[in-house]
Amino acid sequence: MAKIWNAICKVKWKHFVNYIAIGIVGLIFSIMTLTTKLPMSTTVLLETITLNIVLAVSLSLVVGFLGELSLGHAGFMCIGAYAGGIISCIFKESNIEEGKGILTFIVSMIIGAVVAGIFGFLVGLPALRLKGDYLAIVTLAFGEIVKTVLENLDLKVENGFNIRGALGMRTPRFDKETLFIIGFVLVLLTVFIVQNLIRSKHGRAITAIRDNEIAAKASGINVTKYKLMGFVISAALAGIAGVYFSFANYNVKASVFDYNYSIEILIMVVLGGMGNVSGAIISATAITWINTELQTSLTGELAVLKDIIYALILVIIIIYNNAPGLKFFRERFNLRRGIDWIKHKVLRIKHDASHEKDDESAWDRVPTKIEMNEVLSTDFVVVESTQNPDKEEK
Amino acid sequence: MAEYVLETKNLGISFGGLKAVQDVNLKIKKNEIYGLIGPNGAGKTTVFNMLTGVYHPTTGTFYLNGEELKGLPQNKINHKGIARTFQNIRLFNNMSVIRNVMVGLHDQPEFKCTLLESLFRLPRHFAVEKKMRDRAKELLKIFGLYEERNHLAYNLPYGKQRKLEIARALATNPTLLLLDEPAAGMNPQETAELMETIRFVRDNFDMTILLIEHDMSLVTGICDNVTVLNFGVTLAEGKVDEALANPEVIKAYLGD
Repeated sequence: MAKIWNAICKVKWKHFVNYIAIGIVGLIFSIMTLTTKLPMSTTVLLETITLNIVLAVSLSLVVGFLGELSLGHAGFMCIGAYAGGIISCIFKESNIEEGKGILTFIVSMIIGAVVAGIFGFLVGLPALRLKGDYLAIVTLAFGEIVKTVLENLDLKVENGFNIRGALGMRTPRFDKETLFIIGFVLVLLTVFIVQNLIRSKHGRAITAIRDNEIAAKASGINVTKYKLMGFVISAALAGIAGVYFSFANYNVKASVFDYNYSIEILIMVVLGGMGNVSGAIISATAITWINTELQTSLTGELAVLKDIIYALILVIIIIYNNAPGLKFFRERFNLRRGIDWIKHKVLRIKHDASHEKDDESAWDRVPTKIEMNEVLSTDFVVVESTQNPDKEEK
Repeated sequence: MAEYVLETKNLGISFGGLKAVQDVNLKIKKNEIYGLIGPNGAGKTTVFNMLTGVYHPTTGTFYLNGEELKGLPQNKINHKGIARTFQNIRLFNNMSVIRNVMVGLHDQPEFKCTLLESLFRLPRHFAVEKKMRDRAKELLKIFGLYEERNHLAYNLPYGKQRKLEIARALATNPTLLLLDEPAAGMNPQETAELMETIRFVRDNFDMTILLIEHDMSLVTGICDNVTVLNFGVTLAEGKVDEALANPEVIKAYLGD
């Protein structure tokens, strides 16, 4: 018994906090929906939340860890949604699971991820030579191109699928009551991939590029390879989210995936603290919930207020997080201090200094918060020809 | 084995019409500490940038142990064995000290581990990570940074940041180490300590070192040979005392 207890104590539970939290929440809701039926509004909300978590965590890989600003995330999602929709339509026509079984989902998920990943590679190869704002413009344009092309595409294949331009594509829809369970599994998968990537030597190379590209090159890191790696994995995960989206809806329309959607995902990443997976999960949940609540409570004439209130909340959060004047207030009242207070005063756990010294604890400090202007800065550009070569180091 | 670790032949670069560096011929023997000095704007850092692949020379070429490295990208040149530090420190500021060194270890053949192995946490991932961490700890102990290994690099004092940069460069297992103004911004005591460190690195890592420096006490203290540059042209080369006594060099530094 004691051995087992020791083994349990030895595990670094800190590394698994995200999995445990998501697993418990997912499990509770799954049991609830399987025993007593949950109301439709709750299941749809859970669906949207899981979808947005997948998107936010995958985007945080590019924005938070790679330090590049990408505004084309909805574009990759759109590609995934159409790829997944086509596969499920073909499955339906071939009378396999009516196009809405687990097998269909797995097959279309893999294909959606691969197709989106390929597009990520094709876009990333030329675009990742750019930095900051310029990369943002290119990815933004990519998202709009994908949307516009698919909006104007009329393609009908007999015994297959039917893309009807701006009307979108009809796809078989999953059972609404249980779809969000798949959503939770996808969240776990995404967190698993992103966290394991970041906490490995490959992730270390990616964060090194974010911190100082010139030094990373001089330390023998193949910058192009690792930038592409981060970008492609992020695009593939967005593709998976797109497939999930196509399974949640009867109709996949390209106009949904406009740049507002990309920006909304970016907001989730920024609010969660860039380079912080748990933060992205929490802020994706909170923002989706606030959005849905506002949408349902403000009806009729008041609907205009929705965007205003939403924007106000964002402004308040950002000011609270960054205003120098509120520094004192922030240090006094924050979550970490609250947890410490509960630990010391309520649970009476002594602060274990030896644990701090442990090398493993350095892993937890990998995802550090970086400021938005660091991502946007065009810090250092190697110019092949310049008037003043010795001044290249700013 | 070639006679010289680093040999440059008529190395030069021009930006548009401006000839920034012309006809630099460096010949550096094994285990030598070689100085590259000159007034501001003489093109010293440009020479470093050419040797590490940031710029590609427009004329001439250079050899490391007899192998021509001209035209290779930066990371390839690093793999071949040239590592450098920067004039204004370039660390991975938001990463811990030990991770900074581990980035330097990244591409060593002994620490190979594919992406899939890392993603699915196969045994090799853990074995490689442990090996890398142990190696990084050894390096940090040598440079007296072991106690601060979990601090963010950004929070280290200036002298230690310099040391960390050298440790990271050494982690890439180079044969030639380029130090760009290692003593900039240091007080005399720190400079003396740095000289010890550089000597230590040369002796214990079997290293050849090329350094840029303005601090003449450091140059006369540890360099075996120097090359003096001015306006991209070699003014003098050879033993430190002889080169510094050269009237051309005195004129370049002090004016007529």
